[in-house]
Amino acid sequence: MLHTIIKKNSYQDSINLMLLTNSIATMEGLNKVQIMMATPSNKDIFKDAGLHTAELEAAESNDMAIVVDTDNADMIDTVLEKVEQYLNDQSISNKKQGFETVRTWDKAVDALPNANVAMISVPGEYAADEADKALDRGLHVFMFSDNVSVEDELRLKQKAHDKGLLVMGPDCGTGILDGVPLAFANVVNKGRIGLVGASGTGIQEVSTIIDRLGEGVSHAIGTGGRDLKDPIGAITMMDGIRALENHSATEIITIISKPPAEHVRNEVMELLQSLTKPVVAVFLGEKPEQYEGNVYQAYTLAETAHIAVDLARGNEVKSDYNSGDFSVENTSLKDGQKTLKGLYSGGTLASEAAVLISDALGLGTHIKNEEGYVLKHEGQEIVDLGDDKYTQGKPHPMIDPETRSKFIEQAGDDETTAVILLDFVLGYGSHDDMASALLPSINKAVAKAKEDGRTLHVVATVCGTKNDPQSYDGHVKQLKEAGVIVKETNNEAVRTALSIVGLHVEDNQKKHVEGTKSDKKFDLSVSEDIASLVSERPRVINVGLKGFTGALSDTGTQFVQYDWRPVAGGNARMAKILSLLK
Amino acid sequence: MNYKSMDEANKAVIDKITGSAPFLVNVVPAKEKIKELNDGKVLLHAGPPIEWNDMTGPMQGSCIGASIYEGWASNEEEAEKQLAAGQVKFIPCHHVNAVGPMGGITSANMPVFVVENRTDGNEAYCIMNEGIGKVLRFGANSQEVIDRLKWMQDILGPTIAKALALTEDGLNLNVIIAKAITMGDEFHQRNIAASLIFLKEISPYIVQLDMDDNDRKDVIQFLADTDQFFLNIAMATGKAVMDGARTIQDGTVVTAMCRNGKDFGIRISGMGDEWFTAPVNTPQGLFFTGYSQDDANPDIGDSAITETFGVGGMAMIAAPGVTRFVGAGGFDDALATSNEMTEICVSQNSNFTIPTWDFQGACLGIDARKVVETGIEPVINTGIAHKKAGMGQVGAGTVRAPKECFEKALEAYAVKLGLI
Repeated sequence: MLHTIIKKNSYQDSINLMLLTNSIATMEGLNKVQIMMATPSNKDIFKDAGLHTAELEAAESNDMAIVVDTDNADMIDTVLEKVEQYLNDQSISNKKQGFETVRTWDKAVDALPNANVAMISVPGEYAADEADKALDRGLHVFMFSDNVSVEDELRLKQKAHDKGLLVMGPDCGTGILDGVPLAFANVVNKGRIGLVGASGTGIQEVSTIIDRLGEGVSHAIGTGGRDLKDPIGAITMMDGIRALENHSATEIITIISKPPAEHVRNEVMELLQSLTKPVVAVFLGEKPEQYEGNVYQAYTLAETAHIAVDLARGNEVKSDYNSGDFSVENTSLKDGQKTLKGLYSGGTLASEAAVLISDALGLGTHIKNEEGYVLKHEGQEIVDLGDDKYTQGKPHPMIDPETRSKFIEQAGDDETTAVILLDFVLGYGSHDDMASALLPSINKAVAKAKEDGRTLHVVATVCGTKNDPQSYDGHVKQLKEAGVIVKETNNEAVRTALSIVGLHVEDNQKKHVEGTKSDKKFDLSVSEDIASLVSERPRVINVGLKGFTGALSDTGTQFVQYDWRPVAGGNARMAKILSLLK
Repeated sequence: MNYKSMDEANKAVIDKITGSAPFLVNVVPAKEKIKELNDGKVLLHAGPPIEWNDMTGPMQGSCIGASIYEGWASNEEEAEKQLAAGQVKFIPCHHVNAVGPMGGITSANMPVFVVENRTDGNEAYCIMNEGIGKVLRFGANSQEVIDRLKWMQDILGPTIAKALALTEDGLNLNVIIAKAITMGDEFHQRNIAASLIFLKEISPYIVQLDMDDNDRKDVIQFLADTDQFFLNIAMATGKAVMDGARTIQDGTVVTAMCRNGKDFGIRISGMGDEWFTAPVNTPQGLFFTGYSQDDANPDIGDSAITETFGVGGMAMIAAPGVTRFVGAGGFDDALATSNEMTEICVSQNSNFTIPTWDFQGACLGIDARKVVETGIEPVINTGIAHKKAGMGQVGAGTVRAPKECFEKALEAYAVKLGLI
């Protein structure tokens, strides 16, 4: 039966009424409903729907007509109530995000005309093209993307250098520009120590130790892992060094890398010797014997941080910061238990562990990464779980605990294992609470070993600061409560693990000798763009992973999110045509 | 190419758009301006070329109505027979400087608006809006529909023509559009402000005319009742402006978008008159009671000329009143839509600044390259016709222009330029 409700002089927009009709139509017990203004043409629509009534016909254009077909007359009040409720509550919830999202370079540049850094995290095959476009627009490039060919890297870096721009990366996992964490980075106090580094967790370890020692970092410029190799020749490293040399707030320059190609190393060293500022350098795998002039070469990441802090404070630099008492009481190991299993999420931290263990074993400090193992010698194993070998189709172990959990349990089952060595890397990008994520497998491994009558030691280091999004203190506390031996630095953690199995590293006492100034004249000047990169807050176009905007928002950095998609949806032919129609 | 770069060519095209001066100058029987309509039984239709057998219901229904209206047939059956036998010649509106809403069916004696683009001296034509409900453009062809068309031919058209003759030099349409866009119109689904401005401008002249008082009352009442009256003027404006812009024969700016119910067709500046087509999408939106998505006719009509011109769906943000067509979203969704549309446009039109958009100009010049590069397809606000002839409008919503048209256009242009 048809029921008509006429709301006199109650005008609503036709769209509102269509939405209202749809909403009312979902009520149970109604055969049909139509709500419209009672205009002559709408009356025809009512007619077509079989909902025409005499009351409707009598209504006028400014009346709202509700015609309900229902067998239950009691429903009418309910309908009316719901109509009123709907009309009174039409505002649509406002879910504004605080930044602009764009889909093209042109719009990105429009949205943030003074942008100076493009942060690129698109798939590797497209990354070089996007970096090119960024450089063409006069932007410095922070290239998180990996799988970029070395030819492309060289071309981009040369192009950037010629334009007075910096390409940080490819495969640049971390960076800090004027206190703003980029990609996987920690919230580090601002200060007077500037870093340039070719390794992600190397920068993270050094910068967080500096922070925890009470000093701070002006900038941490990542270069990408191949920068100091052939054929790149440290283009970014040397421009970065010049940038920090010219940056007045940077008092100490610190560089971090794996051992460079021989001639690149010489060139970088010559440049460092020509600087006016003191330099701390670490080439992981080189065991320095002396400090030369203004260049203090360190053996470990922790030592690097300590020297930088002492230099910044005007303290005398000690000849060695590495040795100490790392003994552990009541190790109660069984006879066969003599191996270390280092299960690392941070590649550079794994390398550092491998160097120290290799050194302690008397095998020298030169290490090789083979099949994801940074060290594999008579059961002593250091694994870089962030290696491509383990991350095919899986998230990085700093984000996802799964692979590491498996390795922990395997290591626990191995009767020779005395110590499992772990890193917990905090900061933006990393897992919210890796301690909680890994403790179940740690506890399981320890308990299982105990059942077999073995004591399994777990030694860990937490790489982070008190201001990181995750709780540094909370991590340390949670791990200690679970019986994990937690050390301040990776260096200490590795040496503690070594002491458990009765091994130790003999350290050099480094003398300070005169530097050898080269006759070569180095041009220490930098372009205006690089000078402003280090003297101002970065203004970022984030091309790709939206997750990276969290750190930018939290630090109040100006940025625009570029929701990147492959050109022409990846249609190669159309992409080519587009490139021709210029 | 006459320009150093594609960007420069496109700049020349959009300069034509912003520099255009469209005026509404007259209303005349279509045959007076479109000579092709004098040559036997000829009908104009919306969209790229199409023949009777491929037409969807609403367009066929319109053809039948127009045949009866023109006196070629006395009933539906007879009309359908002639049409099926190929006795009526079809020409796309766009080929004769015209545009038509929905089916776009335009015949010799239908009155059309004449919009003159004074910068380039070209004209464009569009039939007059019949109101809503049972109307020819949606395929209705009952006596009521024919009677209204006759009235428009005999009374409405001549009255507006005479009133326009009293104006100094016609109605300046850029001014009306600029005003109405600040009043919440986007000129495709919402024209109420512009229709009122039109009424405000024209009624002082209508009251001066020497005519029957009942007719005068009917005309004023019709104009007052017809919220979408200005849509057809906006369409003729878009056509006149884009045809002026298309005198620049280089570049990748989209100069026409239209649909015939089967195919979506576009033109780009560098390819002149050539159409690039792909199957149309079906609009998604809100439906009147008793109708659903299943009843919706595929996308149809030349009204997407408004989007080509940079308004309509492209200017969603100007018309908060229609924003909920976009998937029942609110203001922020409208903002997101218009912001997204700027990604595929060359620039923004400072003639038409939009208060709700912080006074940014309406979109200007869809660049086919940007559509293909980003995969963002232009959004079109549209009425939804019932797929059966004569059922009329069943809802309204939005639809996207298929990317494939733009890909084909670029490919052809690259070939023409000898690039591939």
